[in-house]
Parts: sequence; C-alpha cells; structure tokens
Amino acid sequence: MSANPSLLQRLLPGTRRAPVHDFPGGVHPAEHKTVSNQTPITPGPRPAQLVLPLNMHLGAPARPVVAVGDQILKGQMLAEPTGAVSAALHAPTSGTVVALGPRPIQHPSGMDALCIVLAPDGEDRWAERRPVADHTRLGPGKLIALLRDAGVAGLGGAGFPTSVKVSLGDHQRVEQLIINAVECEPYITADDRLMRERADEILLGVQILQYLLNPHDTLIGIEDNKPEAIAALRAACAGSDVEIRVVPTKYPSGGEKQLIQLLTGKEVPSGSIPAQCGVVCQNVGTAWAVKRAVHDGEPLLSRITTVTGDAVARPGNYEVWLGTPVADLLHHAGVDKDRLGRLVMGGPMMGFTLHDPSVPVVKTSNCVIAASAEELPEPPPEQACIRCGACAEVCPANLLPQQLYWYAKTDDFERAQHHNLMDCIECGACAYVCPSHIPLVQYYRYAKGEIRTQTAEQIKADRARERFEARQARLEREQAEKEARRRARLEANRKKQEAAADSAPGAGDDKLAALKKEVGQASSAYKAAVKAAKTAEAQEADNAAELRARADSLKAEADRAKAALRDAKAAAPAQPAAAPAESSALADLKKAVGEASSAYKAAVKAAKNAEAEQSDDAAELRARADQLKAEADRLKAELREAKAAQGPAAAPAAPAPPKQDGDTPDSKTTVDKAAVDDDAAAKRQKRLKALKTAYNMAHKQYKEAHAAVERAERAGQDSDEALAAMHAKVEKLKAKADHCRDALDALVEQAKADILAHTGKDLKTLKLDAARAESALRDKADELERRRDTSDADTLETLNSELDALQEHAQLTRLALKTAVEEQGLVEE
Amino acid sequence: MTTVLIAIAALLGLAALFGAVLGYASEKFKVEGDPIVEQIDALLPQTQCGQCGHPGCRPYAEAIAEGEEHNRCPPGGDTTVEALADLLGREVLPLDNEGAEDASVERVAYIREDECIGCTKCIQACPVDAIVGAAKQMHTVIADECTGCDLCVDPCPVDCIDMIERPVTLATWTWDRPAGIGRRPEQRIEVVNL
Amino acid sequence: MSLINAPSPHTSRHTDTGAVMRQVVYATLPGLAVLVWQFGLGSLLNVLWAVLVALTCEALFLRARGKPVAFYLKDWSAVVTAVLLGLALPSTAPWWLTLIGVGFAIVVAKQLYGGLGMNPFNPAMIGYVLLLISFPVAMTQWVAPGDAPAPADSLALFLGQTPADAFTGATPLDTFRTWAGDAEALAGRDILAGRLAGPGWEAVNLAFLLGGLYLLARRIITWQIPVAFLAGLALPALIAHQVDAARFAGPLFHLFSGGAMLGAFFIATDPVSAATSRLGRFIYALLIGLLIWVIRTFGGYPDAVAFAVLLLNLAAPFIDYYTQPRAYGHRKANKGANP
Ligand code: SF4
Ligand code: SF4
Repeated sequence: MSANPSLLQRLLPGTRRAPVHDFPGGVHPAEHKTVSNQTPITPGPRPAQLVLPLNMHLGAPARPVVAVGDQILKGQMLAEPTGAVSAALHAPTSGTVVALGPRPIQHPSGMDALCIVLAPDGEDRWAERRPVADHTRLGPGKLIALLRDAGVAGLGGAGFPTSVKVSLGDHQRVEQLIINAVECEPYITADDRLMRERADEILLGVQILQYLLNPHDTLIGIEDNKPEAIAALRAACAGSDVEIRVVPTKYPSGGEKQLIQLLTGKEVPSGSIPAQCGVVCQNVGTAWAVKRAVHDGEPLLSRITTVTGDAVARPGNYEVWLGTPVADLLHHAGVDKDRLGRLVMGGPMMGFTLHDPSVPVVKTSNCVIAASAEELPEPPPEQACIRCGACAEVCPANLLPQQLYWYAKTDDFERAQHHNLMDCIECGACAYVCPSHIPLVQYYRYAKGEIRTQTAEQIKADRARERFEARQARLEREQAEKEARRRARLEANRKKQEAAADSAPGAGDDKLAALKKEVGQASSAYKAAVKAAKTAEAQEADNAAELRARADSLKAEADRAKAALRDAKAAAPAQPAAAPAESSALADLKKAVGEASSAYKAAVKAAKNAEAEQSDDAAELRARADQLKAEADRLKAELREAKAAQGPAAAPAAPAPPKQDGDTPDSKTTVDKAAVDDDAAAKRQKRLKALKTAYNMAHKQYKEAHAAVERAERAGQDSDEALAAMHAKVEKLKAKADHCRDALDALVEQAKADILAHTGKDLKTLKLDAARAESALRDKADELERRRDTSDADTLETLNSELDALQEHAQLTRLALKTAVEEQGLVEE
Repeated sequence: MTTVLIAIAALLGLAALFGAVLGYASEKFKVEGDPIVEQIDALLPQTQCGQCGHPGCRPYAEAIAEGEEHNRCPPGGDTTVEALADLLGREVLPLDNEGAEDASVERVAYIREDECIGCTKCIQACPVDAIVGAAKQMHTVIADECTGCDLCVDPCPVDCIDMIERPVTLATWTWDRPAGIGRRPEQRIEVVNL
Repeated sequence: MSLINAPSPHTSRHTDTGAVMRQVVYATLPGLAVLVWQFGLGSLLNVLWAVLVALTCEALFLRARGKPVAFYLKDWSAVVTAVLLGLALPSTAPWWLTLIGVGFAIVVAKQLYGGLGMNPFNPAMIGYVLLLISFPVAMTQWVAPGDAPAPADSLALFLGQTPADAFTGATPLDTFRTWAGDAEALAGRDILAGRLAGPGWEAVNLAFLLGGLYLLARRIITWQIPVAFLAGLALPALIAHQVDAARFAGPLFHLFSGGAMLGAFFIATDPVSAATSRLGRFIYALLIGLLIWVIRTFGGYPDAVAFAVLLLNLAAPFIDYYTQPRAYGHRKANKGANP
C-alpha cells in the first residue's frame, strides 16, 4: 500500500491531484452500455398495482402503519422503520391499499415475503411535503431522522439504510467521503444517465452528506468510459471542494472495497466496515435521493432503473415507481416474449435471475436485463478445474479461487475459511474467466451459507447446553430447598406439639397426632398382610388362609383407627393447621424478596464496573439491573400484600373446615356436600352474569368515548373546554368500567376461594389433579399394553386392577373439577 | 569390522539424540487441550433428547469418554459419529438410531394452544426450558430455543404437541450446492405471467 | 415461456478448457516442424501415434470409470499429454515405446489419480521417465541433426526394424558431458559448433520458444513459469561458466539445448501439477531450472527436464503452503492449508 493520499496532500498543499491507485486482478467484460445510455431518462409505467416489499433495504423489515382499504396519498408513509438498521416505506403514488400479504420479492430464492399492495387511483395526489431549504438549520440529528423517515437507502447495491451510514460514533472521524459513480457492471447505465442529467442535484446531495460527515476529502470515483457524465459532474462541481477522480475501466472497480483501494490506497480490514478506516462510501443515486428527501421533502418513491437487453424494443433508463412489477416495466419497454431467454435483475456479473416477472422494482434494483438466449446463452456444463490459475489472476480480493472451489466442493469449510472465503465479494470475476465454466461463485455462496448455518447451529447448541445446565442446577437447588423446607416444617411441628403437650388446650392436637400415627401403622400393617397373603396364595402355601384372616383383622383394626381419628379431628379446632402453611408461604415470599434485591444489587455493581471500564455492554447491564429492581419491587409489594392479607385471609378459611365434619377426606363427597350450597351458587352465577354485562357495557362506552375524544383532538375543531369535558366523561366511564371489573374480579376470587374451602383444593390444583390422573391412567394403560405379551397372568391381573382404580380416580377428579367449576358459576366461556 | 561398529555406534547415537530432541519438544510444545469430555461434548448436537440413553448430552459425553460406543446420537447423525471417531481415534460405526426419524430435517415443537389444558407437564419434560406457561394457562414453545428433542410430546395428556419441520425463511435460506462436473448449473423456469 | 435460471455471473469470457488445450497443441507445431526437418519424420509419426493411443486409453478408462466419454475427451487434455510426450521421445523411437509411455501416462499417471485436474504429477513426464529408466538405450538414441533419415527409414524405425545404416549420434548435451573439462576436445566437436548451442538443437529450441511466446501472447500461460524456469537454468550456468568455461557450459548453450524450451513453455507450465499462486509458480519454475542445471552438470543423465519437473511436482503443495497471496484486508498472508 502506498502512502495515504490525504496525508500527502496535507504535506504538499500544491498537489491537488492525488494518484489513482490500483487493485489486483479485475476483468474487462464487454460493456453493452450504449444499448441503454443513448436516450434520456423517461418516466416508467403506471401499473395497475404496486407491490411494496417491507424489506426493500438491508436490515429489519419496516412495520406497516396502514391497513387494507386505507386511502393513501403520494408520499404518505406506508411502513415505519423498526430497530436501528431499517428504513421507512412510502406510497409512490396516491391510491388504495388493497392487500397486505406475501408476494414474490427481489430475492434469488424466489421466495415470498410480506408486501403492501397499493392500487393507484391515477390522480397522483401528493401528501403534504415539508421541504427543508437550508439543511444546516436543521442540525445533524434531525437531518438523520429525516433521512430515516424518508426511507433513503443505498441505491447502489445492498440497500443499506443511509441514515445508519451517516450516523457517526462519538470518536469517529471521516477522512474521505467517497461517492461511488463507477457503475462498473456491464449493461447498467442508470447512474450514468442520472449524472448526465441531474449533476446539480447530485452535488446538493453530496453537500448534505458532507455536512453530516464532515469529511476531510470528498471524492467522486467514476470510470473513464463515461465522458459525458464526467463532464457534467465537472461542470456542476466547479468551485466546490468535491474532487472528481477518474478511474480506469475495469470490473469490479465499483465494488466498495475496491473503490476505496483505488482512490485512497487503503484496505478495509477483513471483517470490518469502511468507516473503521475513516471512509464512508455512498452511491451517486443515493446522493440524489438524499437531496430529494431534504430539499424537496420527497421521500424515496422512485428510482432510475436501466431496462436493457436484446429482448426489449426500447432499452433505456426509466424513472420507475418503487413497487412496479418487472413485468409492467418490461411491457413498457416493449419486451419481445419470444426472444426473451433470461431475465436478470441487477447486472450480468452480480445480478440474479428472476423466477417470476411479477417481482417488483425496489430501492436496490438498478437494472433489469431482458436478454435473448444468444446474448446470455446457457452456460456450458462444468468441467474439471485444471488449476490454470486464471481465476487467481483476476480475483480483486487476492484470493485463491481454485483452492476455495476445491474446499467448497469437498465441504471442507474450515480450510475454505482459512483461505479467506469470507473475504470473497462474490464479484464473479473468477467464474467469468474460468475456462472450465465452473460456477465458482455459486460454490462460494453455497459454502458461505453452509458455514453460516453451522455457526448458527453451534451457537444454538451452546445455548441449549447452557440452558440445560442451568435447568439441571435449578432442579437440584429446588430439590434441596424442598428438602430444607420439609425439615423445617417437621421441626416446627415437633416444637408445636411439644408446646401443645405442655398446655392443656393443645392436648387434642397431641392426641390427633398419635391417632394419625396409629392409623398409618395400622393401614400399612394391613397392606403388608394383604401382600403376604397374596404371595402365599400364589404359592399355594398352607398358611394362606390364616394370613388372609389376619389381614382381615388388621383391616378392621385400621378402620377403627381411622374412625377414631375422624372423630378426634371433628372435635379439634382446625384453625392451627392453616397458620403454618400461611407463614411458610410468607417466608418463601420473604426469601424471594431477599434474593431479588441481592440480585439487583449485584447487577448494579456489575453495571457500575462495566461503566467504569467503558465496556460495550454497560447499557445492557444497566437495563438488566433496572429490570431486576422492578422485579424486586414487585416482590416486595407482594410480600406487603400477603402480610396484610394474612389476618383476614385466615378468617374466611375458618368457617369451612367445620363443614367437613364427619366426612371421609374423599373428593367424592365434595359433590354431595356442595349440593348444600346450590342455592348460593345459583345466586352467585346470576350476579356474575349481571356484573359481566355491566362491565362489558361500561368498557364499550369508555372505549367509544375515548376514541371520540381522540378524533376530536386530531380534528382540533372543538374548544378546549369541550375537550376537557369530554375527557372528564371518559374518565368517569373508565372509573365505572374499572369498578365493574373489580367487582367481577372479587366475585370470581370469592368463588375460587369457596372452591378452595369446599374441596380443600383451589381451582388450579383441581385442574392439575385431573390432568395428572388422566396421564397416570394413560401411563398405566401403556404399561399394560407393553407387558401384555411378556408378563404372567398375575402381574397382568394386578395391572388391570390398578388400571381400573386409576380410571375411577381419573373420573372422580374430572367430576370434581367440573362440579367445582359449575357450582361456583364459573362456567368458562 | 570397525566400520560396522562405527556405523552402529553412529546410528545409535543419532537415535538417542533425536529421541531426546523429540521428547523435549513434546514436553515443551505440548498442546493444552480441553479435557476429553469437553471436546466430546462440544461435538454433540446439544439436543438433550436422551435418545442415547443418557439424561442429556453431557452425561453421554462422559459415558463416551469412559468407553461407551460413540454412535448412539441420532440427532447428530453420521457426521457426529465421524467427528467423534476422528477425535477419539476410534472406528467409524454405523449410526445406532433404532429406526428413529431422519435427523437431517430440523424439527421444532408446536403446541396447539387452544387444546392445551395448562398442565405444565411439558414444561417439566423440556430439557432446555424452552416452554413457557403457567399452570392452567396455555403454554407455548420458544421456537428459537427448542432443540427438537420431542421429549415434551409424550407427557402431554391431551396430545396437543406436534413436532413440525422448521420452515425455511428468507433469513435461513441458503444457496444450493452446484450440480457438479458434467452438469449445467442452471435449470429452466416456466414463466406464465408476462 | 421458459427462462434460464442460473447463478451469477451471467456472462463469461467464452474461453474453454478444450480451446486452451488446442492452443497449446497449435503452439507446438513450429517445434514439431523443426524436429521433422532436423531429425526426420519419426517425430511426426510418434506424435500422431501417441495421440491415437492416448485418446483410446482415455476413452477406455473413462468408460470403465463410468464417466461420460465424449464430454471428457472434449477437454483435449489427453491430446496435449500425448503430443508433449511424442515430442520428447527421440525421433527414432519405435511404436511400442510410445505405446508403453503414453499408455502409462494416461492410465496410471492420470486416470488412476482421478482424471484431469487430480493428477499430482505431469503425466507426460511420468511416461517419459518410465521409458527412460526401462529402456535407456532406445531413449537416448538421437539422429545427428541435419542428417535426417529418409521417410522410408523413419517409418522402418517407427515400425521397430533397424534400417541398414545406424543413424545414431550423440546430442550436444551428451557430448559436452563426455568432454567436459577438456577445452580442446570440446572445441573440436562439430555438434557443439552452433551459433547458440549445438546446430539443429538450437533450431528446435528456437521453434519451441516461438510457440511459447505465442502462448504467452494469447495469455494461455503466464510469464512466471517460463521466465523463472529459464532464469533458474541460465543464472547458475552463467556464474559457473565465468568460473571455468571449459568445465561448465554457458547459459546460451543450456537454454538452447535438449528440452529446455519445450520444458519451460510447455511442460513446466502444465497448470494441474504446478504450484498455484503467482509467487509459488515463480519459485516452482526457478527451482526446476536450477535442478535441471544441477542434473545436467553433475548428474548421470544428459538431460533432466523430466526429473526436475517431477521432483518439483512433488514439492508443489509445499510451495503452495508457503506462498499464498495476502488477501485483501489482511495484514499478513496465510501460511499453510490448515486453520
Ligand atoms: S479458472 Fe477455473 S479451471 Fe482455472 S484454476 Fe480457476 S477454477 Fe480452475
Ligand atoms: S468472486 Fe470472490 S473469489 Fe471470485 S474473483 Fe470475486 S472476490 Fe475473488
């Protein structure tokens, strides 16, 4: 690399003409430019429908702000930019939005993407324009926002949003602003004609860019095969500090990196962007669009597109509305369908063939080639690479295409990357010269795609691993916590029992516990006995009968114990049992609050550290800290509420248990029991319904009123007082709706609480129970199915009976759920 | 005779010298690699599906390191078997997938949300926490995080989870591999609407 | 209506491997003509016969490998191999010698390695070396230049009969080797008394140089290989000649004797088996030239193009390993093929 020319210029103020550097390789394909650059730019067709893809530019697709059926004026925004890298989309003419859906778009895959379809009304009525005569008055920030809202994106190739390219970082200095007027691809003459006819406007655009970027030098790079355009630019730029540098005709000197190398001798470091070496590159067409957006207040609505090739009668440059289907454009230029052999969007070196002529012209469509089969003939079949090295001779990136080809072909992507596959600009020079007609670029694209997929998969796998490990850790922690809680509970119970044993009123509890233990013992003894008996029977042992008898007696014993327990329970006050549960919930909540706030503190600390080190993710960390704080606050509030609720919450629960007196703790009985409350349920259901209607009405009124106010505000005709009155009314309606909602919620809550009270389970648990029973049933059935052929009759028998039991259980749970829901009037809509 | 002796001595001397140099070099320039389990784990697809008979990819990596067959990972397919064989210096074995589904198609779980009863069973089954939802609220799969292991399909009591193929989008589309020597790279496309 | 759906670029330089190879064949024609003029019809017969053998072998093997025969024959690479080998053989070579050499070159050195583009060695030179080692006598019998046998005798030689007179004579390289160091004896040899090198041989080399320049002009080959090749041969010759003119032949003698020009423009430039990058090719050819000089001067064989080329074929991957160009946007060039 030779010395930086701007440096040279600074040292020798007299030398204004800096040398033009060179880049390695390059080819000289036949130009075919005179086919289309002889006639002036003419307006494009006025199609019946405009199809506007939401991703005309590079980056995030725009978000539609119109709906089907909307009447749109010319220049009105159809879709707004989303995210940092995005551009807006506007209506190229007035008309109606007729559809919003997938249509084939400008993509080599031939896939569809979301488009806004506009039917022009033929009137071409403008929305209001806001031209800015003096952009320096606006200031850079507003100017950039204007460009973003005007949807200006690179018109040269990739369609990178211009607003992003001209937003500089704090410490960024632009040494050279390069205006790319090279247009090195054969056939294309859109920029050529634009420069010949609108050089003044281009210069104004360049000056706006200069204002935004404040470059040391502004260079327009143009190939020496466009003498008229050079003359026009020279004339326009006379007296300005914009320098025109003529470069020799060689493909791909219009590639961004190559042009930078040509004009400055700098190389953009691999994997970074030109701005990193102090250069910003913009296409001439973009400069023109910038001027239109700022000085004329016209968003990007149309572009100059070259239509050329043997199969059109009137090749030339057309000023085409964005969204114009290529088919319309071709008809406009007089296409001869019989001669058409290949339809290319873009240039012959880097463009792609269209699958469908209904694809629209978009911001990046600089050319449509309707070539006859003789003009761009079918490529001959691929032959073996003879390693002739012709490709390496012409590669502008100084790669070894034949090696890349070899590695791509054998799927050896690691080596391909090692040979800098990712630095290939897909210019096609190598494939152009390859005597073996190897579609080299296609191989590289394939390899690049594969590498990208693999990288994505690797990232995903890593994330999956992380998530898996995190989950594993969480499960372990939960297990440990559960264990700890269980132990704590046991401990607390024991203590309480001890305390109760000491005090007289607690004696009942003590007895209860003893009884429970007894019941447990008895029933397990019974079960063991039954099992023993069964085994004995199976083995036809002598003592089987004896064992059976023993089991029976044990059962009687167990039953007795159970009855005793039930009696005791009935006698004992049930309240104490609720308290520990309540307080353990509180304890959990407290713990959560503690955890959350310490997490928050840690996050704040991390963010501070990051800020001190000026690391990139400081902002992210901050955001995270804020989030954690919100979480902690929420938990605190919850805790407060829970604390407040604890007293009263216990009270409504209290009356419930006595109702359960004498019942076996079997869910079946809930059904009977609930019948008692039939009346109350019916009442509640009625009230629920009434409340719901009331709420709905109130809400509707509120919405309507709100909309009315908004409309009035927008219209701006009503006086302030009237508006205030309307606002007040809206507020009142809102309050009413809210009130209804609250009442409704309260009722539902109460119903739920009642369910809880009746069944000892809340709705959630009931539902869960039902689902669990169901799946246990399924599992059992599966097991039975699996064992059918392998197991002996006895196991099958047991399995069968187990299955039956499960079936019954499942039915019961389902029934319980249904009844609980119905009786509380909570029938779900 | 002396020449023979000198020759032998010289050869022995050389052998000793080179041996010493090689030994030194191997100590001095030793490649500090990850422990073998890490390396194996890095090659496994991290689907966490358990089809290898282990609860997750890492346990299987540990098992492989301890000598288990390295061909039990159906989602990884033959490529993973080859990579593992390469890493471990073992033979390339045919994939032991017991007729599992074709691993080359990427799948993602999809919950038919109107049928979901909110039982949380799938949440418990998902090895990578890719399902969100609370009890009695419908659940949904975070498609980006789903590894397609289908462990959530069986536990669902109402069978509302399907494994669907991951559709190709503009973002994931890639160019095809060219047809190869002797073939033309292009195809014809029928065009009707011009 | 059906349109073409093809990847970019949609246009090409309209070159073709077959056309490139044909140009190479055309470029050998002056050399062939001079060979015939100086050494008789034998060279022409051998070249034609070699082409026939090569195409037959290639076709048979492509059949056997299940590849489309016509498609691969169209690349003309077999023809080039055959022509080059035919040119390198002595004009007195009988038909079976050519058959063995060409057959081996096509079948073993090319097809068994996977066909065009996959062979690590130059097939023609493999065939040549096989013959040189197996039939040293037949391979070193050259007619005295200008003393071309009559067409009938050439045909007889080609058919394997030994005609009445023995036509054999030493080549200049041979002669110089035999008498090297003896200035008087060297001065007395007619065969060394040409303008540039030995008479007859200098004409052959000039003709190949002409053909080579044609290839350069048509951009079929790049300058690196021939220039480096000739430089690698001439420079040591020049230095050594300055030191001891009687023992070491001068650079012109080296450049215009034996297979120097054929090697520099037609054999070392075989792209398949050469190094890849520009620098790599330069080094590769430089080393070939150097090696030729070394073998010619100190080795047991009078000429050395085949050996030198094959040895450097062997080294080509290694050269590639160290001579990758510095890619755009990178500070340093890559080394090696592995990440
Ligand atoms: S131009 Fe084609 S044949 Fe020549 S080395 Fe490159 S890929 Fe191979
Ligand atoms: S397509 Fe890539 S490899 Fe081929 S010449 Fe262009 S930059 Fe080089």
